[in-house]
Amino acid sequence: MINGYLRQDGRKGIRNVIIVAYLVECAHHVARAIVTKADDPNVQLIGFPGCYPNAYALKMMQRLATHPNVGGALLVSLGCDGFNRSALGEAISDSGRPVETFVIQETGGTKKTVDAGLEAIGRLQAELVDTPRSLMDVSELVVGTICGGSDGTSGITANPAVGRCFDRLVYEGATCIFEETGELIGCEQVMASRATTPELAAEIEAAVDKAAAYYTTLGYGSFAPGNADGGLTTQEEKSLGAYSKSGDSPISGLIKPGDIPPQGGLYLMDVVPDGEVRFGFPNISDNAEIVEMMASGCHLTLFTTGRGSVVGSAISPVIKICANPETYERLSDDMDVNAGRIMSDGASVDEVGEEIYQRVIEVASGGHSISEALGHQEFILTYKSFEPIGPSCLPSR
Amino acid sequence: MSPVKSPLILLHERDNILIVRRFIAEGEVIEIDGQSLTATSSVDVGHKLARFVLKKGQKVIRFGAPIGSISADVALGEHVHTHNMQSDYIPSHDRQAVKLDEVEHD
Repeated sequence: MINGYLRQDGRKGIRNVIIVAYLVECAHHVARAIVTKADDPNVQLIGFPGCYPNAYALKMMQRLATHPNVGGALLVSLGCDGFNRSALGEAISDSGRPVETFVIQETGGTKKTVDAGLEAIGRLQAELVDTPRSLMDVSELVVGTICGGSDGTSGITANPAVGRCFDRLVYEGATCIFEETGELIGCEQVMASRATTPELAAEIEAAVDKAAAYYTTLGYGSFAPGNADGGLTTQEEKSLGAYSKSGDSPISGLIKPGDIPPQGGLYLMDVVPDGEVRFGFPNISDNAEIVEMMASGCHLTLFTTGRGSVVGSAISPVIKICANPETYERLSDDMDVNAGRIMSDGASVDEVGEEIYQRVIEVASGGHSISEALGHQEFILTYKSFEPIGPSCLPSR
Repeated sequence: MSPVKSPLILLHERDNILIVRRFIAEGEVIEIDGQSLTATSSVDVGHKLARFVLKKGQKVIRFGAPIGSISADVALGEHVHTHNMQSDYIPSHDRQAVKLDEVEHD
């Protein structure tokens, strides 16, 4: 059993983090200075840079600030910014988490706000010492997966191995989420065939069609030059490899960022905005995807990489699974699991899937993932707009 | 003489490409379905080689599923990549997609 942290709203986390959140880029430096001076790996920086109000950003910040791994929050606003800081503060407080808000223009500028913020961190740390612990079953875990820096090996080694791990987690009652409908272009029919209802199947196909139309308008697929360096030639080739992360379980629902799956099972996240194309690319880099996974409750993220990503994340640990044996030789200090041995040493996909599963349990039990131990706490949140999911998207609700 | 361990993987019996398991040097003798031939270029791990002669317009099959179409005829054992195949959905791009002389108008 995993020894989790019990929140007053009944949710259980695997970490006890205090977030310091800037609510506009103009408050970023002050928030970062508070985090740097606090010098505590559990005091972590998140934020939203925009000054214009955005419903998606407010929802994401609310979900993140009340994430099961988060025990308390410090909000930093410049003062004139458009972010609804009182609504965010109230939502955090209503969840039973301690929260303090500082408005730089009222507190008296950079130095005074950093000093006051550090004192607030001290109060939050003192309060979090007494966070009650609670045993957590595997079925209570929410696990996400993404791929970054994919290459021709990803779809052969790391991604199918994560799929095996997902199959076991889902079998044991856990909630698993895979995503990036733009990286599933070409897989819509086979994916729809795994939906638990025909109505959900239609929603999944429509979500991928939307992604294809969106990326076509933007002029680029979700395909980086490094993907081609690594032997991937087309979007659909990358998609088929990415798709194998989902394993073989039935697909229980289609969610959007910030929607919390109602019960255990495998869920697909639709990350492509609704309506006309605006605000640019759906996810400008890998961490934007991790942030959306966390907003839907992921306690940790399985990150597969062929070219060799090094990122981690604030709030939820990232477990790095390296697909390419040559990349592993160069970047082994950044990797949790060497799935490349499927190609180089003839290891089986099942064997590596089991290794990933064991790593999930270790990290959920408090062991540091490699990126976490190296201090990686990347975070990025940008503008988007979504309609709520349709009634057919969660058949079990 | 055939290599002890093939540097190529067939992922699915319907595939018309093979995946490179380890770096293949130009001039190296490789074997495809019992036929020995000489690699005409070096090829990195994770890349694809043609399992058959492939004609322009033909679908490329990997994992038993189509991943795009041949855009220029390919010889047996030739490297299959962006120079001779393309997406059936969205074109791929490289680091030269945006150039400085295009953004500096003055």
